[in-house]
Amino acid sequence: MITFKIKRYNPEKQAEPYFEEFQLGETDDLTLLDCLNQIKWTLDGSLTYRMSCRSAICGSCAVKANGHAILACQKQASQLVKDNDTITLEPLGNMKPIKDLAVDFKPFWDKVDKVNPYLQSSKKPPEKETKQSPEQFKLIDDASTCIMCGACYSDCNVLEVDDNFLGPAALAKAQRFVQDSRDGETLARVKELSKPGGIWDCTHCGECVERCPKPAEPFDRIKEIMTVALEQGVTNNNGARHALSFTKSVKSSGSLNENIIPVESVGFFNVKGLFDLLPVGLRMLFKGKNPPILHKSIDDVEDVKRIYMELSE
Amino acid sequence: MKFALFTGCVAKGATRELMLSTMKSAEGLGIEFVEMKSASCCGAGVVSEKNPLLADALNARTIAIAEEQGLDLVTICSTCQGILKKTECHVDSDPAYKEKVNTVLEEGGHQYAGGKVKIQHFANVLGTEEGLTLLRDKVKRPLTGLKTAAFYGCYVLRPSGLSLYEDPDNPTGMEEIFKILGATPVYYESRTKCCGFPIIMMNKDASHDMAGNALIDAIDSGADCVVTGCPLCHLSLDAYQPEIDKMNKKGCSIPILHLPQLVALALGYSPQELGMDKHIISTTRLDKILA
Repeated sequence: MITFKIKRYNPEKQAEPYFEEFQLGETDDLTLLDCLNQIKWTLDGSLTYRMSCRSAICGSCAVKANGHAILACQKQASQLVKDNDTITLEPLGNMKPIKDLAVDFKPFWDKVDKVNPYLQSSKKPPEKETKQSPEQFKLIDDASTCIMCGACYSDCNVLEVDDNFLGPAALAKAQRFVQDSRDGETLARVKELSKPGGIWDCTHCGECVERCPKPAEPFDRIKEIMTVALEQGVTNNNGARHALSFTKSVKSSGSLNENIIPVESVGFFNVKGLFDLLPVGLRMLFKGKNPPILHKSIDDVEDVKRIYMELSE
Repeated sequence: MKFALFTGCVAKGATRELMLSTMKSAEGLGIEFVEMKSASCCGAGVVSEKNPLLADALNARTIAIAEEQGLDLVTICSTCQGILKKTECHVDSDPAYKEKVNTVLEEGGHQYAGGKVKIQHFANVLGTEEGLTLLRDKVKRPLTGLKTAAFYGCYVLRPSGLSLYEDPDNPTGMEEIFKILGATPVYYESRTKCCGFPIIMMNKDASHDMAGNALIDAIDSGADCVVTGCPLCHLSLDAYQPEIDKMNKKGCSIPILHLPQLVALALGYSPQELGMDKHIISTTRLDKILA
């Protein structure tokens, strides 16, 4: 016997959401989606959720189970059972619930639209197909597997506090075009993606990789865009300056010089940015917590420098 | 127990009290650490933004040094831990890539073999049966009455495939340690979330909001202090707490401890010996509970 504790919401009847419990007896070999269907068909026809393909292809049935986003059709209910034989189900996070487990995907799709999710090229359309080598295709293969289920968007730690962030799914989609050999707008794309709300606002929490039901794994794709942005010389922003300063610091001493990196990240001529660093800097200084002024190199730093040289850095 | 200690950069810089308390914990427990003085920075997932092969080469070099020492590698930073595990995974899963990395390392006299040494966070070492037994035997001052909220740090949990915790969505390793030290663990939702530190230079408000939400969650759950295994989380939650406090209507003020500080307190060391007077948020309010 499994108890499904489901967050119910119907604004036409009650303003606040509430939890309702349903119990199913025979759940062996059933997916979570099978169980939702059982509940809807046999216990309460008004239960609302999205579904279609039942085989992890359409991306419709993502919900939060025990606090984390998953595709309901991809997990056996028995694998999700927590204490007291219960599974807690809620709508995806970072989106407004419409009814029960169905949420409003409009902001999600608006952000996907923002990254121009189509090939852009000033060249004349080819008469025949454009060929890609296996190596060229490999660069965009992982992002191409995204099924737009919204699981990554739901659990993204940045979106919980900042609606302006494009979010993992849109950025993974962006990588699919940034690194597509047929696209002609790489520079324009990475310039746009380097603005506030773009790639450099990703906080490395890894939730998107963890929740992604496919190999799309957005955080890894975001990092690929960062590398392209730096290669393309799009460096007039704190994120890019931080990456360059960090890499330079390790080259010169083998370790991080925490006194220099904040200054180089905000930029030497950014008066407001430098001023913003003062309170925390002074606070740490007064406590004797500031990093040593004389930054010490690691032993055998020459070998680290040699590795940089060998890799043309 | 003897390990190669990968200190990471921040324990030698802005959180020297982490290094101090790690060595005190080791002393009190009889663990021998051999510091890896020629190991480079792990790159914190930032060097790989510039050049992924460079980051992997530097970290494979670090792991190779532990292999040469014949000692399992211990980290004291969640970020270092996750990043070294990522390199291990990249290199071990692709023989051609491993050869490429080793070609880069060759001239420096290092070669990454793989599979020879374990890469573990200090919390993972303490969480083994041997570690927990050692703790149990050595606790001199049980932290009775202290309600402690673990803050794990993203990189020791995600991706879960590289995590050493059994259930990275619901880890219990740090809380098990708290219990043996006599403290009372507080379970709260934010304990596995991000502290916001990686974007503190790019999106300060979002970064402080993330940290603030976690701190308020811990406070509302009744915690006396937050305990973290990551010095970057410590900086975000402690050094920037005055800004976070101002941003939140409810305000927030709670001491943030490094895990080795909590361990060493229970081993009988004084807060001053563990550099707790260096924290931005005073830890003196804990003295009353521990008296």
